[in-house]
Amino acid sequence: ASSFHSSVPHRRHLYKSLSDSTLIGRDGQVCVVLTSDVTAPGHGTYVDEDKLTASVAGEVQRVDKLICVRPLKTRFNGEVGDVVVGRITEVQQKRWKVETNSRLDSVLLLSSVNLPGGELRRRSAEDELTMREYLQEGDLISAEVQSVFSDGALSLHTRSLKYGKLGQGVLVQLSPSLIKRQKTHFHNLPCGASIILGNNGFVWLYPTPGQQEEEAGGFYTSLEPVSLSDREVISRLRNCLLALSAHKVLLYDTSVLYCYESSLQHQVKDILKPEVMEEIVMLTQQKLLEQEG
Amino acid sequence: MATVQVSEAEKVYILHGIRDDLRVDGRGCEDYRHMEIETDVVSNTDGSAKVTLGHTAVLVGIKAEIGKPRPLVPNEGYLEFFVDCSANATPEFEGRGGEELGTELSNTLYKVFNNKHSVDLKSLCICPGEHCWVLYVDVLLLQCDGNLYDAISVAIKAALFNTKIPRVHISTDEEGGKEIELSDDPYDCMRLNVENVPCIVTLCKVGHRHVVDATLQEKACSVASLIISVTHKGTVTCTRKVGGGSLDPESIFEMTEAGKRVGKALHAPLMKVLQQEEHLGKKKQKVGFLG
Repeated sequence: ASSFHSSVPHRRHLYKSLSDSTLIGRDGQVCVVLTSDVTAPGHGTYVDEDKLTASVAGEVQRVDKLICVRPLKTRFNGEVGDVVVGRITEVQQKRWKVETNSRLDSVLLLSSVNLPGGELRRRSAEDELTMREYLQEGDLISAEVQSVFSDGALSLHTRSLKYGKLGQGVLVQLSPSLIKRQKTHFHNLPCGASIILGNNGFVWLYPTPGQQEEEAGGFYTSLEPVSLSDREVISRLRNCLLALSAHKVLLYDTSVLYCYESSLQHQVKDILKPEVMEEIVMLTQQKLLEQEG
Repeated sequence: MATVQVSEAEKVYILHGIRDDLRVDGRGCEDYRHMEIETDVVSNTDGSAKVTLGHTAVLVGIKAEIGKPRPLVPNEGYLEFFVDCSANATPEFEGRGGEELGTELSNTLYKVFNNKHSVDLKSLCICPGEHCWVLYVDVLLLQCDGNLYDAISVAIKAALFNTKIPRVHISTDEEGGKEIELSDDPYDCMRLNVENVPCIVTLCKVGHRHVVDATLQEKACSVASLIISVTHKGTVTCTRKVGGGSLDPESIFEMTEAGKRVGKALHAPLMKVLQQEEHLGKKKQKVGFLG
């Protein structure tokens, strides 16, 4: 099994060995050593004087003879099917440019969004001119990656009622490597708020919508004031997310929930103090170990 | 200053939150974020301090040099401020991008310290009319996360507290010219009394209420801010309004009162922390820049 290492960028040598996989220690860290065959250098590695060396600090992945190192600190590298939360940066002809913490701005084509009322028709010239009425610069959206262009830019789509423009809530920007890949990224947490854990590291916290609002499909954003109790839950969740991220804990609905429960004994604004953060994260990690063995 | 984009719905959320005295991170309208202060971080200065307020990081270095006093005030020394917005903070500061903000910050600092009581300038005089101490206060912005004025003023106060000015002896030589001698003992130095050094409080008007220590998102929702420098007694030394929006005279009065209250409450814990750090002396754990 490969382990997560701290993000100190020093070189790790992956030694060729004649014996079968053995574990050797280097600088106190345990590296996985490969079998006797010649290994192929993949992403994140390079050959330095006959030794296969990692060029980035991260997790070692091995597929047969191919060794790659996936860096911990990286921009979002999207794959088809990923759920992302992004911010509109530009409105162009027939498409929007969306910022998703990747190397290039992602693209949301006009043909990839749902028209109001859910109509299915060809996009007309009028639709092009009224693009800004739907999504403006600065708006937040939740979308899914439809495809990846040859240059690495992502093409997004919101062709489902669960995606679309986001209303009132709080955005937390974290590292993409901390978000666990799961079956669903939309969760209605039992503590009273909802969360979208975007694969790109953008996490959206919002008050759980009532029954009738669910079918709107993201076109209508309610500007009604959110109740104080909901606000407190959202603020607490936000601080918990920042605490977990500062201690490099993998984020998914269970870990966020455990952190929320461990933080209830403190006031919301105290959670960001370093001592309190450490305490809460330790409790969360203990609980996670107990529950998941 | 670094800006973030905020959507309309987010702005409404922030506005309503501030109206109900519960900000996005759970603080009240008059609460500061977690602040960390460390003095004596730069070894080749006479006094230095580093302040981290949320993600804003400011480094202040003070160097004392001997210069000629100003003609109008021959028996006083003076302070010179220079603010450098490093490109580390945000790409907008690359090249000459940070100059405008830097000049604005320095000018405000001049105004804040432009009175007889903040720093005892007479103690900086060596020889009236001929020699005096000039304190060059250099401020370096390392990270920008809103609320620069407050962080800078706390850092300056901490650095002035930490400043050790060497003692000098004036002697007249044979030709009648004055000679300045530094004492041999490197620990023989003069400390400044920073009791009356003011701290700056920035109040941002968001909706109908004002907030202290606004984050970049809250700043994006506000159109006008008031910058007040307050001493530990509650005296205001300088007031400035920034931002394109307008402020009602009543709200200016309310904000000034709130600023005085918050500023006054900032001084006592700050001095306590600085004195505690001083007492640690050699046992102090140095954190530095990578901690």
